[in-house]
This record gives sequence, C-alpha cells and structure tokens, in this order.
Amino acid sequence: MKTNILDLEGVAKQASPEVLLSLMRTMVLVRRFEEKIIEVYPMQDMKTPVHLYIGEEAIASGVCAHLKKDDYIFTTHRSHGHCLAKGTGPEMLYAEFYGRSTGCSKGKGGSMHPADPENGILGTTAIVGGGIPLAVGTALASKMKKDGKISVTFFGDGASEEGTFHESLNFASMKQLPVVFICENNSYATTSPISQRQPHDNIAIRAEGYGIPGIAVDGNDVLEVYKAAGEAVQRARDGQGPTLIECKTYRWKGHVGPDCDHEKGCRPIEDLNKWMERCPVEMFKNFLIKNRFISETEYANMLGEIDRELDRSIKAARQCALPDKEELLKDVFHEKK
Amino acid sequence: MPWTKVYTEKTDLKDTLAGEGLRALSYRDALKEAQTQLLRSDESVFLLGEGVDDTGGIFGSTLGLWKEFGKDRVMDLPIAENGMTGVAIGAAMAGMKPIFVHMRMDFLPMCMDQLINHAAKWNYMTGGKVNVPLVVRSIIGRGWGSAAQHSQALHGLFMHIPGLKIAMPSTPYDAKGLLMEAVNDGNPVMFIEHRWVYDYIGYVPEEPYTVPFGKGIIRRPGKDVTVVALSVMVYEAIKAAKTLEAEGIDIEVIDPRTLNPFDDALVIESVKKTGRLVIADVACKTGGVGAEIACRVAESAHEYLKAPVRRVNFPDTPTPCSPVLEEAYYPDAGSIVKAVKELIR
Repeated sequence: MKTNILDLEGVAKQASPEVLLSLMRTMVLVRRFEEKIIEVYPMQDMKTPVHLYIGEEAIASGVCAHLKKDDYIFTTHRSHGHCLAKGTGPEMLYAEFYGRSTGCSKGKGGSMHPADPENGILGTTAIVGGGIPLAVGTALASKMKKDGKISVTFFGDGASEEGTFHESLNFASMKQLPVVFICENNSYATTSPISQRQPHDNIAIRAEGYGIPGIAVDGNDVLEVYKAAGEAVQRARDGQGPTLIECKTYRWKGHVGPDCDHEKGCRPIEDLNKWMERCPVEMFKNFLIKNRFISETEYANMLGEIDRELDRSIKAARQCALPDKEELLKDVFHEKK
Repeated sequence: MPWTKVYTEKTDLKDTLAGEGLRALSYRDALKEAQTQLLRSDESVFLLGEGVDDTGGIFGSTLGLWKEFGKDRVMDLPIAENGMTGVAIGAAMAGMKPIFVHMRMDFLPMCMDQLINHAAKWNYMTGGKVNVPLVVRSIIGRGWGSAAQHSQALHGLFMHIPGLKIAMPSTPYDAKGLLMEAVNDGNPVMFIEHRWVYDYIGYVPEEPYTVPFGKGIIRRPGKDVTVVALSVMVYEAIKAAKTLEAEGIDIEVIDPRTLNPFDDALVIESVKKTGRLVIADVACKTGGVGAEIACRVAESAHEYLKAPVRRVNFPDTPTPCSPVLEEAYYPDAGSIVKAVKELIR
C-alpha cells in the first residue's frame, strides 16, 4: 500500500496544522454526507439520481482548500463533494435532493444541478464536458473586470474526450486566463473503461500541446492534490494562466446510485478492493494520527460532530415544504427588475 | 409612422426620409450603431466571433469597431463554436453581456449543446438564481450558390426550446431597437438577421432606443387576408400587397418581430377580422414556425377561419446551388400572391 509521498518536513512547509485538520474535516464531511444518502435512498423519497463521489474526496478537498468564497467552481453531475468543499451548506443540498423549495436550486435542479452563487457556484451542468468552457468564460469575465477571482472546473476522464475540453484549453492558454482544470480520472465513463476510450491513460500530457503546465497526481493523496492545486491556483492568481491537473483516483460506487459496479458485473471486485485499501480518508487520518496532528479521540469527536450536523440537516431538509405547483412555469426566463 | 414603414426598394427612400428631416440608415449600419452605443455605454458589453475584427466585419455590421474598443472587446475567436459559446455563457453568468456573432446561421448547429443544454436551461435549473444575458447574432444567407450549408434558417428549431428568446428584425429601425433590447434582456436571445435585408434603408433615430419583445407590428393594414411574414418575407409581402391591391384584394401584413415571446394577440385579432391566414417564412416547411402559428390560430380563432391556412415556405429539401434550382427553391412575392388567391377564390 502506498503511503503519502510527502515527507513530514515537506508537509510542514506547505500546510499548517490548522489546514491539515481542515482538509481532514472536509473529507469526512464529504464522505459522511454521501453515506447518509445511501442510508436514506431505499426510502425512495429522495427522487433524484445521485452520482456518488465516495473514494474521490481528496480531490475536492485538496483543491477547494485554496479557494476564496467568491472564486468560481464548476462541477459536474458528480457534484456533492465539490459543493460541500466550496462551502455550500449540507441542508440546502439535501433539500434540493428532496425536491424542496428551500433547496439550493429551489427544487428545480436536483443532485446534478446545484447552484450556490454566494459560494461561487453559478450552477452545475450534467452534460459531460459542458462545464469546462463555462469556467473559462467566468475566468474571461474576471480578467476583463479585473476582479481578482479565479475559476476552477472539475471534470472526469470522459470529459477529456469531448471537444469542449480541447477548445477550452486552447482558448484559456491563448488568453492566459485565471482558470484551473481539474481532471478527476477514475478510469471509467459510466461503465466504459478508459482503455476502450483513449489510446493513452495519460490526460495531463495533453496540456503540453496547448502550452500550459500539466501534472498528474495521486488523487487519493490529499496532500499531493493540495500541493499541486496550490501551485496552480497561485499561478492563476498571478496572471500566469491556466494549469491542468490530472488526479488519478477511483469511484467506489456505480456511475449512479448507491450500488457498486461489481454487483452488476461491470467491474472486477478486485479493483475496488485494491482501491479501498487506498481510501483517501483513511490514509490521511492514519497520517495525521501517526504524526500526532490529531488523536484517535479527537478524530472520533470530529466525526461525531459532523454526523450530528448531517443528521440534523437531512432531517430538517426532509421536513421542508415542497414547491407550489405554480412554480412549474416560473424561472424559464429571468425577469427584468 | 416613419419607423413602422417598410421600404421595399433597397435605397429609393433615402431622399424621402431626408425630405421629412429624418435620418436614413441601412440595416447593416443600424446594427453597427446599436453595438457602438452599447459598447460605449456599458463596460460589460463585448463582441466575440470569428472575424468580428476582420476587413469584412461581418458583412459590415462590426466593421472597424475594434479600432474604438480594442480587440479585447471586439474579440476574434478560434474556430470552436461550441466551446466558445460555453465561454460566452460563462462570461454572461459572471456579469458580462456578450454578443456572439456568427456570419452564418449554419454554424449554430455546432453550438447546440451549449445553447440548448446550457444557456436555455440555466435560469430554470438554478431556480432563477443565475441568468445568462447572452445575445447570439446569426445571419441567414441566400443566393450566389451558397447551397446547403451556408443558407439555412433554423429559427424553428430554437422556437421549440423553452428558455431562448428569438428576435427576427426585418427593418433597420427594429434591427437597432431589438438589439439594444436583447443585450439588456437578461436572457439568451437568438438574434436572427437576413443577409438580404442588410442593404435596405429605413428611418433610424440616432439616440439609443429599444423595441420591446413580444410586440408584433402591422406593416400594412388590410381586411381580406392576414399575412404573417418573417424577416425578409415582410418585404415580399408588401410587394405582394401592391399586386393584390390592383386586383381588389386587401391583405394585412403582420411582422411578429420576435418569435419568443410571440404576439399571439395581434395575429389572432387580425384573423378574427380577415378570416384568412397565410404565413410566409424563410425556412423549410415541416415542423416550422408556420405550423406553430397556424396551430395557435386554430386553437384560439378556429371559428373565424373562412378558408384553410396556407404556408409559403421553402420546400423540404436542403438548399441547392445551381441558379435554376435556387430560383425554384425560394418563394417570393409571387408565391404570396398565389397563396392569397387560393384562399379568396
């Protein structure tokens, strides 16, 4: 089993103990948020297709730790982790998934379309590759307005096959825009393995063709993600243009829903077992305990606190009002004020 | 009213307008003036598109604008229509007001994912939290063997999509007024021009003004047949009216100006008066705007119809190249006259 590549000295240089604990907290929040969904999903009243992020938590946590509240992110159909890591409250997400009018998109978007402009999430697309140019667009706006914000787009390995990926890298490089491209390569597009879709399993090197830095990192190692993202974010803030980071990871659950793919015969269970041994949450927890950043008791307390908050959130969300039927016809167009 | 008038000859009324102390401008220059005034008055407005800063300047409609506003606000683009539409949408979400210009409407199918899946749905999908103030200008081509991929009109496709507004100005006055309205509408607007009206002259006030969406206009009042004409067909309908007038047939020509929102009331009121309806479009027939308009009339004013509805359209084929085939392909004033007479018999 691979352990964190960064030695303790290296870690100390890049992240304070507060940052380390904050990363841990975010990862646990993201993991437990989705495990609560798995618990309630069989009740069949959370009527939205859920694309679970379990196994990939280090990426959203490591990247968003560098972002300010008003920096923009664009996530995907697999949106929960990014929203939580960026600061969206669990209750408004759960309420959205329950189709409640208090949901972050007033119950009109569901799990695939969260919007939380206050935290820089201007909406979410579930079309593969669709969000990449949107982030380039917000970055273009930031550059034109000189507002100092940066934009981050998360997308999967499948999206790197879409034209928008290449169109976006080309344009962002040419205009030196403040945007960071985060490719979460979990090797599968729904159930199609990358070996059947791309000649090389090496997305990061595409950056070179567009004249921007590209780096591949262990997406299950939050510190490695944190370090690479820190450099990319700094480059964007300094006006030095975009970066592509490929985070190699693995999705534990199926493309959609709480089941695992091996149960349907889509993927070998051995692969899942291998990757579960490299659980990003466990690896980081062990690292923190081993190096005395946190004790077992403190970790248990943190977990308990997060669980209580999530239990409260999901319960509260479920009790929120459903939208009035008149809502159906509203919001097709923006009304001029 | 000088601003409602349609001059069917491209240039002949310049002198007439001057005689009345009114300024005459071509459709092309009206578009350019609208963009100039928008760029001057609002820092969030910018133009982007392949060739917006080149020596052709989108058939003259953006010619030289980069000299005043720079190439960051009159921005040439890579040939990447879908991705660049996404970029424009992202910029719009973040508070900019992009005007994305396409020399040919035929390039819009390249952008369908971003237009239909993203721009059109964003306000709804986000529960009204984030809107997309994006204008997409595109031009319908015609003639000189432009053929199947350089002369399509696809407004019917877009009319099917909730969340997109559609403007189709026919006169210079409306070209400026509707564009100034579109940029500040706050929604994605498909702004559809026709290459053949670029040279037409009409009254255009110098100061900024807007033409509201959803308000059609009666270009010529009449009592016998209602002719709803889109874009360049407004001119053909006015020509047809003159021919028919000589034969004692009095048609009412309605220019809807925008397809979404559509001025149902104006058309229905007219049909209640005339009892007959012809729709003259600049596109193929099947599944088109004409079918939608006819159905709305049937739903609301069926009992007033004294005759079947007629559509004047292109045949359901791709556009051909040969001049002989082109001639046969495009309907004109004569086609409208023929359709009207079929209803009067």
